[in-house]
Amino acid sequence: MAIIERPTETPALAGSGAAVVTPSSSYGYFRRPVQTTGWRSWAFTVDHKKIGIMYGVVAMVFFFIGGFEALLIRAQLAQADGTILSADKYNQMFTMHATTMVFLFVMPMASAFANYMMPLQIGARDVAFPRLNALSLWLFVFGGIFINTSWILGGAADGGWFMYAPNSSVPFSPTNGVDFWVLGLLITGVASQVGAINLIVTALNMRAPGMNLMRMPIFTWMALVVQFLLLFAIPVITVALFLLMFQRNFGATFFSVEAGADPLLWQHLFWLFGHPEVYILVLPAFGIISEVLPTFSRKPLFGYPFVVFSGAAIGFVGFGVWAHHMFAAGLGPISVAVFSVATMAIAVPTGVKIINWTMTMWGGKLWFTTAMLFAVGLIVQFTIGGLSGVTHAVAPSDTQQTDTYYIVAHFHYVIFGGAVLGLFAGIYYWWPKVFGKMLSERWGRWNFWFMIIGMNLTFGPMHILGLQGQPRRMYIWTEARAGEGYFDLAFWNLVSSIGSVVLAIGALFFIINVWVSRKHPPCPPDPWDARSLEWITTSPPKEHNFDRIPTVHTLDEFFHRKYEDVGEGDQHDYKQVATGEEVIELEEKYAEAHIHLPSPSYWPLILALSFPVLAYGVIYSTLLIVAGAAIAVLALFGWALEPPTADDSDFDPPPPGDDEPSKELAVSV
Amino acid sequence: MSDATITETDDAVEIPHGYDDGSDHIGLPHHTSTGLSNTKLAMWLFLGSECLLFGGLISTYMLYRNRQADQLGPDQLWDIPFTSATSFVLLMSSLTMVMSVSAAKRKDEQRTKLWLTVTALLGGLFLAGQVYEFTVFYREGLGYTTSLFSSSFYTLTGFHGVHVAVGIIMLLSLVAMLARGKLVGDKHETVEMIGLYWHFVDVVWIVIFTLVYLIPA
Repeated sequence: MAIIERPTETPALAGSGAAVVTPSSSYGYFRRPVQTTGWRSWAFTVDHKKIGIMYGVVAMVFFFIGGFEALLIRAQLAQADGTILSADKYNQMFTMHATTMVFLFVMPMASAFANYMMPLQIGARDVAFPRLNALSLWLFVFGGIFINTSWILGGAADGGWFMYAPNSSVPFSPTNGVDFWVLGLLITGVASQVGAINLIVTALNMRAPGMNLMRMPIFTWMALVVQFLLLFAIPVITVALFLLMFQRNFGATFFSVEAGADPLLWQHLFWLFGHPEVYILVLPAFGIISEVLPTFSRKPLFGYPFVVFSGAAIGFVGFGVWAHHMFAAGLGPISVAVFSVATMAIAVPTGVKIINWTMTMWGGKLWFTTAMLFAVGLIVQFTIGGLSGVTHAVAPSDTQQTDTYYIVAHFHYVIFGGAVLGLFAGIYYWWPKVFGKMLSERWGRWNFWFMIIGMNLTFGPMHILGLQGQPRRMYIWTEARAGEGYFDLAFWNLVSSIGSVVLAIGALFFIINVWVSRKHPPCPPDPWDARSLEWITTSPPKEHNFDRIPTVHTLDEFFHRKYEDVGEGDQHDYKQVATGEEVIELEEKYAEAHIHLPSPSYWPLILALSFPVLAYGVIYSTLLIVAGAAIAVLALFGWALEPPTADDSDFDPPPPGDDEPSKELAVSV
Repeated sequence: MSDATITETDDAVEIPHGYDDGSDHIGLPHHTSTGLSNTKLAMWLFLGSECLLFGGLISTYMLYRNRQADQLGPDQLWDIPFTSATSFVLLMSSLTMVMSVSAAKRKDEQRTKLWLTVTALLGGLFLAGQVYEFTVFYREGLGYTTSLFSSSFYTLTGFHGVHVAVGIIMLLSLVAMLARGKLVGDKHETVEMIGLYWHFVDVVWIVIFTLVYLIPA
């Protein structure tokens, strides 16, 4: 960690040549990792920006792994009697595709943005609990790797991402795949839980002076709602996962119908988590495009309070609609009717948001950057997915559609068309903020159009396939049942598979874009003429984020510092009074002298490491459980005994003759 | 919105922005937007999510509490006077926890440590009672996998027992860290946080005791 306030004695000490570096902190033995370069500066960092970047990079890796799995699925189904995957491998493939995309790509990618942007957007120097933040990151990384090691340890989970019990109990799934899945999700669940608590406290407690809740940037608002969803949804799936683990590993019979168990217990527990999960996936993307659209429409977000409260409403109602995943399970007419109506009701706040986005663009000076394209793409594609969603809110219609490709089409339109497009909008929008240089707009356009065309080619035909009765999760189809004419299953399956290749090429263009953009010159600090607080600092932001914590006077603070309203009465006419650079310069001029930043720590990484050891232990050997627990206890005590800010003796002394900078901010090397 | 274009004149008070580093640098209190300290807010949020965890486990138990076929059922097993006694012990540990927090507030470290130790002992007594109870049930033939009732009962009470055990470890660690002067940050708040956790575990037990033991199956 680079910048902390140091007592003035330190340079004097260094000048006299008596720079003694004494180890300090945990157990009186471990010297804190204070390096600012090299791998250590990343592995032990507690800086929310570095953690955010690592979240993003790892999530991207999983995006490509999950995408590869999807390509194999589509290759298998491209023609009749596919031979690329066995039935068993096919089951593993769709299970791991969904698990990877949901838990290891979309959720952590949203965490990446929340981690990086939330403190900047509310004018804080870091999150509330920096070490817990690092713990979340490493738990997610190790949990993700842990699940994926099942591929080489006897086969991955094969029960679908919902892992319906009893189908996921040992007689039906004898490999360790499901165990890996259960334990891996418990680990990433802890990551989400810790992250949720951390970010809620950050958003509620760490706001800059003047930033009341209704001045909070909309992305931070949506991220906050998501953290509450996580806070209350994760424990429910934790219970389900524990029960399944006890069933599989310790002989309990929670889901064994022959032992008298309730066949719907798992479904209720899973979907009570699983439906809020859907909003956990999509709300961050909603928040992102609610930032992107106003910026590139040159207008404030239409009806900011409506967007905020509809987001919160989605969060609330999202906990009351889970049984619409179970309409075909025989819940009885009353339950089905209630959940059907609740599901239709949740379309209302979602519709409100779509109206707000459209009205934001209405009459604006639209600037179609890549970020804007992705944002508009979200509105269109998500609306299609939302409409097909309403068709299965209607229970009778849903019984027809259940477990067909129509459902697959629906949730890919909302999750790819909603969450993923929104996340890409965020990547293009905030790339200059995070890395200080622009992505190529030309490659960006290729990226966008291939993805949009690819997704419609891939998922569009699935509506037809599904309504024709092609079931989900079938590993081959035969020529005899393909039909003919417009509803020829063979034709549409082929179109879908070709579409998936187009989509993959689109995703590849993103990587090419990152590669070709690596040598771009530094961009101006405010390239988009943006509106919110994260832009009132340099790009990339300094380690302490803000030289002076900005005082907030209004929503869209940055915009109002740049533009003055010269209109009369109800007429608003904004005249530029300052450039972004000038606003930032002014902030730098009044830099604060005393800035405390938390110091890096070994313990989050080590504590996170103990989790997969424990998990392997549950599968393979009690000895490993003991080892994992020992590491955990060591790390927990190290953590508790370690002060959040390192002693000065943990820093290398500054080079002799190096006068302290005038701002009294010492940069350790 | 012309007042929005602010420049150098900041009438607002500059509020030092704290991390939860616990330690009181230069004697400044930690200012937060809500006025609650970060740690306290985080603990409340954590306990809120714990409600859902126990909610799921209790629901599972309530669903399965009569599903023991011809095996042992609750009515043949419960020893209400005994469990009432251990429940009373756990309740009293909440009282001693309050004494400890109050002593910490008065900066009376001796008493703080004393009451923390007593709390841990009472918690240990409760756990011992639970272990004894489990042993008795096991001897009577109620294994973990005997029936749906037994699995869900042991899972629910086991999860609660682990929470108590973690609480005891935290209490004893706190005593040791106080004794050796190793505690980082605001002592009173740390005691209070562990107190919050401890009370929560107690409250959950009251719910479990009522639903599992007192309501006839």
